[in-house]
Amino acid sequence: MKILGIESSCDESAASVVEDGHILRSNVIASQVEIHARFGGIVPEVASRQHLLQFLPVIEQALSEADIGWDDLDAIAVTQGPGLAGSLLVGVNLAKSIAFARELPILGINHLEGHIYANWLAEGQWDGEKREDPPFPLLALIASGGHTDLVLMNDFGSYQLLGRTRDDAAGEAFDKSARVLGLGFPGGPIIEKTARETTNPAKLPRPWLRGSHDFSFSGLKTAVLRMAEAEGEIIPEHRIAEIAAGFQESVVEVLVGKTVAAAREVRAKAILISGGVAANGVLREEMIRQAPVPVYCPRPVLCTDNGAMIAACAFFQSKAGAPSNMSMDVRPNLSLV
Amino acid sequence: MDTLLNQSILELNTNKPEETQKLGKSIGGILSGGEAVLLIGELGTGKTTLTQGIAKGLGIEEYTKSPTFVLVHEYQGRLHLNHIDLYRIEGDLEAWDIGIEEYLTGNGVSVIEWADRAPRIYPDDRLIVELDSGSDTERRFRIIGEGQRSITIVNKLKEMSFD
Repeated sequence: MKILGIESSCDESAASVVEDGHILRSNVIASQVEIHARFGGIVPEVASRQHLLQFLPVIEQALSEADIGWDDLDAIAVTQGPGLAGSLLVGVNLAKSIAFARELPILGINHLEGHIYANWLAEGQWDGEKREDPPFPLLALIASGGHTDLVLMNDFGSYQLLGRTRDDAAGEAFDKSARVLGLGFPGGPIIEKTARETTNPAKLPRPWLRGSHDFSFSGLKTAVLRMAEAEGEIIPEHRIAEIAAGFQESVVEVLVGKTVAAAREVRAKAILISGGVAANGVLREEMIRQAPVPVYCPRPVLCTDNGAMIAACAFFQSKAGAPSNMSMDVRPNLSLV
Repeated sequence: MDTLLNQSILELNTNKPEETQKLGKSIGGILSGGEAVLLIGELGTGKTTLTQGIAKGLGIEEYTKSPTFVLVHEYQGRLHLNHIDLYRIEGDLEAWDIGIEEYLTGNGVSVIEWADRAPRIYPDDRLIVELDSGSDTERRFRIIGEGQRSITIVNKLKEMSFD
């Protein structure tokens, strides 16, 4: 079963063909990072206009890289939410048009659920290793610019939200801290790179919220701001690196510590990490080091937003009997559970 | 924001997040629906904490997490809350394009973070909260009621204590 997955929840116009939920036939992503970097973050109106410009060539390339034609597709999958309303609208209406014209079934997919399914793509793991499908029950950490959720998954389609951020998402804290340090956008990769320049990370607080699986990163962001302000108008380069490293250390320690503790508590058989923050190498290494069970983490290109995860998720949903739904609409505030 | 004669101003400081949250809760408790609460302040000045307090005052049990990513989060308590974040918005035109002003005309309460990113989209009757950080955990608030309804809110706050 070949599914075309379309993803446009934020600033990536992405399309991918996935076969049977496992085999990645193509994965095309037109990023808008360079455009948004000029504004220091994602500008919603710019994002939807870019989606309009980019999507048709992206889809054509996805089909051609998969070496298939329109007639070979069995279904269309598209991100329904959560995300920016204007961005989601472009993807959903495009998917509906294709489904209508080609008489294909269409499935609306929850973006967060999609992130989890990036881990079912064979050879999609970061180490290039071919792995068995993750065993249930499993614990999934979804950490991105808009979300930080700890989810217990007992089976396909069965989710229990154990914890979530009470304020800022982890990826948002990376973006805003990078901005405070004058490092640019997006914050994740540049903070990871800058942090490598020092062996003396600054001491920053650890927002543990003991007794809960929830997260909180707003106070940490403020602590970074205070520390940067204390350096005066121009922050010396070595201090930028130390603060970046201290910030990353704090986020990683809390994400890993809380995920591992939750995994022990619910006796999870595997830990899955996904979302843009999972592309952080330090997070991945620490998670593997501390986890009592196998850790699954997609390749960085499959951690950040992509169409393959949407197509993979749709395969398992359609196998479970989810019907085609032409009347579905965008749901910008959709949550996983 | 233009200075208007028709306004009431309350200035106060808090010394820790719990006090900021209490201030927010008091503001939320006074609101009766349809108000626009404009938060203006840089990163780390207490917007998140104040908003969490306002939500509590509106009888919302959930945590109000940052809407930076999707621009608007909606909650239902005693009243409907639109938690809006214009951090990513560049000007009035863009806010209009996205339809932010539609949230401001209903019966719900709208709390708008980074309200100064789109200064001309708000109703004339509005509650403006300017936030600033002092030393360490100190936060300074300047609460400005513009229009009769918001002036009444500020006058009610003036009778309360936040220590």
